[in-house]
Amino acid sequence: MEKHKKQTSHKINRRTLLGIIAGAVALPINKAVAHNAGTESVGITDDPTKSPGAGPSAVGKRSAFEQPVRKPSDISSRTPLQDTYGTITPSDLHYERHHAGVPVIDPAKHQMLIHGLVNKPMKFTVSDLKKFPAVSRICFIECAGNFRGGKEDLTPQDVLGLTSQSEWTGVLLSTLLRETGVDAKAKWFLAEGSDAAVMTRTIPIAKAWDDAMIVYAQNGEAIRPEQGYPIRLLLPGFEGNMNIKWLRRIEISDEPYMTREDTSKYTYPVKDKIRMFSFEMDARSIITYPSYPQQVNSGWIEIRGIAWSGRGKVDKVEVSTDGGKTWELANLQEPVLSKAHTYFRYLWNWNGAATEILSRVTDETGYIQPTLKQLAEARGPDMGGYHMNPITAWQIKPDGKVLFKPEIIK
Amino acid sequence: MKSKIFVALTFPSIMAFSALIVDNNRSAIQLPQADTTKWPASFEFGRQATPAEIAAWDIDVRPDGKGLPPGKGDAKTGSTIYTLKCAVCHGAGGRQAPDEKLLGAALVGDTLATSRPKTIGNYWPYATTLFDYIRRAMPYNQPGSLTDNEVYSLTAYLLNANKIIKNNTVINAQTLPKVVMPAKKLFIMDNREGGPEVK
Repeated sequence: MEKHKKQTSHKINRRTLLGIIAGAVALPINKAVAHNAGTESVGITDDPTKSPGAGPSAVGKRSAFEQPVRKPSDISSRTPLQDTYGTITPSDLHYERHHAGVPVIDPAKHQMLIHGLVNKPMKFTVSDLKKFPAVSRICFIECAGNFRGGKEDLTPQDVLGLTSQSEWTGVLLSTLLRETGVDAKAKWFLAEGSDAAVMTRTIPIAKAWDDAMIVYAQNGEAIRPEQGYPIRLLLPGFEGNMNIKWLRRIEISDEPYMTREDTSKYTYPVKDKIRMFSFEMDARSIITYPSYPQQVNSGWIEIRGIAWSGRGKVDKVEVSTDGGKTWELANLQEPVLSKAHTYFRYLWNWNGAATEILSRVTDETGYIQPTLKQLAEARGPDMGGYHMNPITAWQIKPDGKVLFKPEIIK
Repeated sequence: MKSKIFVALTFPSIMAFSALIVDNNRSAIQLPQADTTKWPASFEFGRQATPAEIAAWDIDVRPDGKGLPPGKGDAKTGSTIYTLKCAVCHGAGGRQAPDEKLLGAALVGDTLATSRPKTIGNYWPYATTLFDYIRRAMPYNQPGSLTDNEVYSLTAYLLNANKIIKNNTVINAQTLPKVVMPAKKLFIMDNREGGPEVK
């Protein structure tokens, strides 16, 4: 075992290491390594084959050469989509959005109540929930307000970093409702968190019978506090805000509650009306490589990105390398899962001329990701920022600079 | 949708997921049914909740008034509470002065949905939501600290400030659900169910 470990540490040769050190000086993103940690403390030596490396540790951590970070604002923190590979978001990089901060909850004291139109109102401890037949599911969560634009210096993280994907583990809500029984008059359920906002949303009972879950684990470990520790509601494909975190109560009802989040917040103007109760996130895709602020050279470029739909599986992703004039099918990385980020790749030989690259997804219901103009035509120009899923383009400049293409709708 | 619900009721765990078997429905990944044949009528995990436990947490209020507690309030009383506990974030009188950046949202505006900012007067379809939200989440730094009478009074104050009720109207569990909000007629349920249309 000791011998094996030693061999592994030999895999990074001196030339690579020098390249990394040079990179750390040249690239701003790696400044933290060189500046904060110092090359000494990250264990860099002239020749790693000449001295033993660090021993085993209780908790692993990222290489000091890798510095993916979320981008926090006052109310949210965005996933660095351009720095991730594949479709599972590392739990500590999963986007955050909360309305009164992250509560500290002792799992030994936490309980969840189910009541209302049920035969037997029940309370479950976290330990109770873990005893039920469990289910694991990979799916994305996306904030309803996951849309930014208007300037060229935006990264995928800036444009739509309020989506992330995990493998979630927990118990199906239908399994718990089997224990409580449900009145035939039930049409809705209220889910309520135990944060300082006592966050509350109304959800159709059909979702409880379909695929709603109470989850306690994320990517193989307990859910992170900012994701709802010790338990959260998971509603695959539904807008992020409805996936109530720090869940403490579910009440079954015949009428919707029309909470503040249901009505005056997570709603948006459509022509002369205001649309509420938009649950599923519409199909969307984005190219994450190449993207701003990356630089490319002419020759072969593998265009890469993610696509998803809140209504089911990704059917296909098309990529355009000529500003949307022609479209080609991208390869989808298997498995293609329902209501899940799906990775796509498209091999392109860039001739060095200025152009724009775009992606558009079609989901299994036949819905094709629209342009911003199509969305404005369908909803009116004053459509706000919720449930926006337009095709986005990256401009490739002759010098290889990549810039977001800002689009104006009014 | 109906057939899906039927399936779930009949075989609850058929809706469970496995990475191995992927079906063509929109959401489901199924487990072998053999697993569910062993399910008992009840697992007997968890316990029955007591009425007192339910009452302690059951704070929600519906548009039909279900959930509203005893108590009452009026705009005049609410005005004093607002000045003391709310104005620091939501502005004097609930309004955003020109060039002012409020910590919270402005709460008073005209009754046109096209106006800015979105306020109780132009963007809240149900008056009961005001009581529910203030009681559960406000004031931001001391949520849950207001008495029911204080919440009724603040609700009355904000409805009056938005010219929806008169300043002498008493707001209680009977009168609040009857208040018709100006924005009510603007709100529609999303009726999209998938398919090719962009809506």
